[in-house]
Amino acid sequence: MAQSVAQPTTSTTAVPAKLPIGATAPWAVFFGVLMLVLLYFVGAEQGATSLVSGEGVHEWVHDARHLLGFPCH
Amino acid sequence: MSGCTTPATCSASPATDSDEEALLRMNSATVRNLLVRGMLAGLAAGLAALVVAYFLGEPRVDEAIAFEEAHAHEHGGEELVTRTLQSTAGLSTGVLVYGVAFGGIAALAYCFALGRIGRFGPRASALLLAGAGLLAVYVVPFLKYPANPPAVGNPDTLDQRTTLYFLMVVLSVLLAVGTVILGKRLAPRLGNWNATVAAAGSFVLVVGLAYAFLPSYNEAPAEFPATLLWQYRLAALAVQATLWTAFGLVFGLLAERLLTPRTEPRTATAAPATPVPN
Repeated sequence: MAQSVAQPTTSTTAVPAKLPIGATAPWAVFFGVLMLVLLYFVGAEQGATSLVSGEGVHEWVHDARHLLGFPCH
Repeated sequence: MSGCTTPATCSASPATDSDEEALLRMNSATVRNLLVRGMLAGLAAGLAALVVAYFLGEPRVDEAIAFEEAHAHEHGGEELVTRTLQSTAGLSTGVLVYGVAFGGIAALAYCFALGRIGRFGPRASALLLAGAGLLAVYVVPFLKYPANPPAVGNPDTLDQRTTLYFLMVVLSVLLAVGTVILGKRLAPRLGNWNATVAAAGSFVLVVGLAYAFLPSYNEAPAEFPATLLWQYRLAALAVQATLWTAFGLVFGLLAERLLTPRTEPRTATAAPATPVPN
């Protein structure tokens, strides 16, 4: 076989460099909030709380809400 | 970092300021690229979860709705969205948006975790993060407040159940982050193995306390088939297990492709791209 026990490990096992917190934080704040808003509309809108009147959103994502484990009704 | 992207800027700038700026820009681009890949991997994972939800979950939802209609007291009124639309387009919308949203959040968490959680490469880090996500975002809240099919759940308690469910998710995610930090702090003193066991043990202990003190809701109607409830909850668990596992595998692959070339010496950008053997 090509591999031997003493062979040094390949580059895929190298520990990746850290990304500075300062580079990640702005993305995390902006997109984190945006993603949470999306999750709110899938998981909770027109259930316990309601921003849009009616039941259209609730009815449209009804099955997804049940199967993703959110309290639905 | 000693590497300079182009010789021209290197020789022209004696100040370290522009070097730091260039590094920050490069790191910011990496975060952006990981975020985009996370959302794409989330979309792919959402598609896999959608298949499971449609074939394992929907038959159980239909059975539960049939039960609901057979036992309804004052059901009626016109359907706003037909069952066919709910179980296809509606289900797809919800699951795919959920996949993309958690894909994005997980990718950002990955940017913080990368290189900080031990000696794990890009792919192993992604799969570990996905496993932690499944546990913290879904399994821990699910064990206290499991998914309910239609016909199970009292509308009068919906407000409390929704609040408590989201509280449980937030609590569980914060505890998971705290556990990782605790494990890292303990590692120099106890060693990696003991530190991991101690941190995980404290996580289980605090989650157990939360389970004991938060109110429970068991609102299945007495005649609701126990088998159906069990099958429904297993299907809901399968949807999430599929989603997070697929995300971990796909995102790990994409992240590794993005991150690995950076550790190798860069050739000049003007040179024709050499194919990288995979």
